[in-house]
Amino acid sequence: MSTTQPTTTIGKAANFAETRVGASVLVREFGRKIFPSHWSFMLGEVALYSFVIVILSGTFLTFFFTPAMGEMHYEGPWAPLRGVEISEAYNSTLAISFEIRGGLFIRQMHHWGALLFVAALSIHMLRVFFTGAFRRPRELNWIVGVLLVIMGMAAGFTGYSLPDDLLSGNGLRIIDGIVKSLPLVGTYLSFFIFGGEFPGTDIVARLYSLHIMIVPALLIALIGIHLVFVVVHKHTQYPGAGNTEKNVVGEPVLPTFAAKGGGFFFLIFGLVALISALFTINPIWNYGPYDPSPVSAGTQPDWYIGWADGFLRIVPGWLEFYIAGWPISLNINSAVVVMGGVFGAMFIYPFFESWLLKDKREHHILDRPRNNPTRTAIGVAGIIFYCNMWAAASGDIIAVFFQMSLNDMIYIFRIVFFVGPIIGYMITKRMCIGLQRKDREIALHGRETANIIRLPHGEFLERHEALPPHKLWKLTAFESPSYTPAEPNAEGKITGLEKFRAKLSRFFFEDRVAPVTKQELEASHHDHDSVESNTHKKIGY
Amino acid sequence: MTSKDHFGGGSQLEELNGFTNPGLPEHKPRVADRDPKAAKVAERQVAAWFVLSMVGTIWFIVAYFLFTPGETMQSIRLHNTSIGLGAAVAMFSIGAGAVLWAKNLMSDHEGIDERHDIGGSEEDQAVALEILHQAKEESGIARRPLLRNTLIAALAIAPLPAVLVFRDLGPLPGDKMFNTLWGKGIRLIQDPGGIPSVESERPIKADDVTIGSAYHVLPSGIGDEENAEHPLEEKAKAAVLLMRIDPKELREDPDRKDWSHDGIVAYSKICTHVGCPVALYEHQTHHLLCPCHQSTFDVTEHCKVIFGPAKRPLPQLPISVDSEGYLVAQSDFPEPVGPTFWEINHP
Amino acid sequence: MKLLADRRRHPMALVVLLLVALLLTGGAYALFTQTSSAQAETASASDVEEGKKLFAANCATCHGLSGEGSKAGPGLIGVGAAAVDFQVGTGRMPLQANGPQARTKEPQFDEEQTAQLAAYVASLGPGPAVPEEENLDASKGDPAAGGGLFRTNCAMCHNVVGAGGALTRGKYAPNLSDVSEKHLYEAMQTGPQNMPIFNDANLTPDDKRDVIAYVKEVSETPSPGGFKLGSLGPVAEGLFIWFFGLSAVIGLTVWLSSRAK
Repeated sequence: MSTTQPTTTIGKAANFAETRVGASVLVREFGRKIFPSHWSFMLGEVALYSFVIVILSGTFLTFFFTPAMGEMHYEGPWAPLRGVEISEAYNSTLAISFEIRGGLFIRQMHHWGALLFVAALSIHMLRVFFTGAFRRPRELNWIVGVLLVIMGMAAGFTGYSLPDDLLSGNGLRIIDGIVKSLPLVGTYLSFFIFGGEFPGTDIVARLYSLHIMIVPALLIALIGIHLVFVVVHKHTQYPGAGNTEKNVVGEPVLPTFAAKGGGFFFLIFGLVALISALFTINPIWNYGPYDPSPVSAGTQPDWYIGWADGFLRIVPGWLEFYIAGWPISLNINSAVVVMGGVFGAMFIYPFFESWLLKDKREHHILDRPRNNPTRTAIGVAGIIFYCNMWAAASGDIIAVFFQMSLNDMIYIFRIVFFVGPIIGYMITKRMCIGLQRKDREIALHGRETANIIRLPHGEFLERHEALPPHKLWKLTAFESPSYTPAEPNAEGKITGLEKFRAKLSRFFFEDRVAPVTKQELEASHHDHDSVESNTHKKIGY
Repeated sequence: MTSKDHFGGGSQLEELNGFTNPGLPEHKPRVADRDPKAAKVAERQVAAWFVLSMVGTIWFIVAYFLFTPGETMQSIRLHNTSIGLGAAVAMFSIGAGAVLWAKNLMSDHEGIDERHDIGGSEEDQAVALEILHQAKEESGIARRPLLRNTLIAALAIAPLPAVLVFRDLGPLPGDKMFNTLWGKGIRLIQDPGGIPSVESERPIKADDVTIGSAYHVLPSGIGDEENAEHPLEEKAKAAVLLMRIDPKELREDPDRKDWSHDGIVAYSKICTHVGCPVALYEHQTHHLLCPCHQSTFDVTEHCKVIFGPAKRPLPQLPISVDSEGYLVAQSDFPEPVGPTFWEINHP
Repeated sequence: MKLLADRRRHPMALVVLLLVALLLTGGAYALFTQTSSAQAETASASDVEEGKKLFAANCATCHGLSGEGSKAGPGLIGVGAAAVDFQVGTGRMPLQANGPQARTKEPQFDEEQTAQLAAYVASLGPGPAVPEEENLDASKGDPAAGGGLFRTNCAMCHNVVGAGGALTRGKYAPNLSDVSEKHLYEAMQTGPQNMPIFNDANLTPDDKRDVIAYVKEVSETPSPGGFKLGSLGPVAEGLFIWFFGLSAVIGLTVWLSSRAK
């Protein structure tokens, strides 16, 4: 900075920051950094902000929560538990809810915020997937994102289990059952986790250290990496006039984006506060203390664990078998396999797609989902696969609500488990291709004006209007992924893997709609003229 | 289209499929840009939101003291809702004001950043490579494989103690998975919720278990500290459901015929799937349903699985009647209760 | 294991049922507002006689002319007045339609007729009588003790606060929040449908009163946290955050990133 003394307030503040931390470099680097403006680019911020809300409210809760399982008698205002023997953890959660001023509000903010956090993570991730934002150079950030989802689930689950009420205890009991089913190590692992037999007196304190230290620390670290990557890569943008692979078009951080993004934090905070003021979440007082004998109808995990619980409901019992008396309990631990499989598939997808298409280029312009029918269809198949398991976790509630048989529900879920994703894939792919054809028509023949004209010889025609250049650009400026035949490697040999890749590539990309090219458009215009003069039928084109 | 194997740079979207990028559309000024009056209105609007936020904050403070939680659920609800709405208004209004400010009054001209290659310049890369080579040479790691290999081995085993220190997280299972509190002559008592003290035990007379009844049962002595050091752990294994069925409807194995008493049967409540209490007893169908994952067991046929994810039947507790007419266990469960575990058939 | 035992309930009916269920749930709340009132304590011979006529006209087709039962309905000898009062008083009997289990509806008989029917069935064989008023007074019960009993004996089917739950093959445990004290007591005592019987040795009359006190306490006390979302637990909360929470969030993002006019 210059050596002259600043006179304005901003100047003085800037001078202070500059001479201590060299802030000018930061401001120069980030102050006018450009962020593209689109609603779907704000979803990650929703996750970030709800995480901040959860950290703030969670810190408050730690001041009042007792992570211990010693027994005591409840003496608080909730009559149905008065005099009942409960654990210190449950007692302190009840005290937070009923006796600490604002405690219930902040507990509800914490829990609603957590549900919103994972929900926002999920739709942010879907946005990234369907637009192809995970492609080079952002593959690593996609992986960080998947890790964030996993850690988000871990944070949620460890928190769900802390109040030591009947619901959380039965959740832990299920975890204990899954752990015990693991071959070879299961029983030992269970005894180590619970400090002996289930439920023991250690688990709440242990989950507490994970919940308030390890998991949030990992989350914060991952979020940090995630944001650094966003800065390094600069943001992606949708195809549009003026947007190229070499630029980012949007709003500067200072002041516009900072005002919007900062304001958005307050909006999200306000929304979570509104929900917490009006809607009960996890009324732990209703569930009573954990006791291994009772259970409540409708015992379910929070939504983000639901798919795993749903899988446990639809898996048939015959998947458990014995080899010389040693059990392989696939009716239980296949849930772990399925979860591992889903996350594994998410981890490798960016590399899989790039391998399949032999596309190693950088991509900063996003795909419109329809312009990559295969990816979109795979994504929808994944959503159906996930949502079916998720719905299965509430099969009992759905059955009662719709007056259906619980057993029939499970048969349906079992069928959809296999058939749903395939049908979803096929329908989605056809829909995307249909939408692309529509785009093609519009690009080639212009917009239908609904103006019907009558030619002198009596024929009716609808007038089509050529698209303005920026609209035309949006409809034509994309690459349609196509079948790449097997190619020999450096030694001139076609490997078996390469043949396999080519086969897959043919399966996935044989059906495609090519984008309109300039030549086609010109040819079509020429055709139009000749057609119109030749009195060809053009109505409803 | 550019070559697909082209590294870095990406496809140039300046020209694609023969079309040329038309560039950013012309910027259209907003109402507030053209009309100073509209700008003034927008300004007042933003300020109004900020004032509303202050109202919300003050309301929160007032409500915090005015509507204390008190002793009833109504008063707690009033407290929660009133401070919550205060906080919601205070925060939301700041956000709404800031966003309106940005949208209506701050410049809405598009900015453009150029992207640069993520990798450093060729010179950077050359220098970095040079440094790495130099480090390799100076350390001699390539020339001295003995050092390298012993270091790798040392690092590989160094984490073992870090795993080992967690050994004392819990005791070894021992025979705990195979034993419960049940044993010969132990009375069946009612489960009142929680752990019943020895004095409050309610043993069950066989005559009191009428057809269609279901009793939730614990072993007598579970509340005795000398007998059960960790009563919840014992309850987690020993919980039992007792039912009476018309003996004509029971289809019992010949060698398990004497495990029941005059149609009264006792089964472990702990699901053999993942351990939820299986307690939804339908007394007409004689089905037991687990509310967690819907495993269904047929009580008339030794609780074999007829639906759902469980594989093994619920273990049966052999029972009989003592001289006073109270139900007692004949022995412990003949097999381990609860979810399948690795050593289940190899005690 | 019979596949799709209940073919009548075709899975494709789901969409229609959604609409119907949405309409009905609203209406059902309005319907179930009946309250219990004092029951005639003693049954006279004329009551039995009247009851017999009503029985022959309305019940005998399924339960047999003298309550001996048939293929279509169970025998009623020894079920007692309490069972009749519950089944007829809640409208479950006479059965409206065949199905996995009898559903409640507006009772078909008034209190006097119900009492006459009960008197007749009670005369067929000894069984539990309609409960004493003394045992139904929730204010004399201990909701904490009742809570322990409720969680152990009832919550697995009816949910911890009596919101209801699913049983096998289309059967279900109903919501308890609007059930009268008398009917709660009678249900425990007689084990209607597939519900197990909780006789006085299992749950003493005092225990039953405690259970009633608990059910009334949790269903009548407002939730301190705000609206209850049906007390259905995490499923309702998850749906709420996805449908309401995320819709609101997306609305905000769209507003925020749209250009001003």
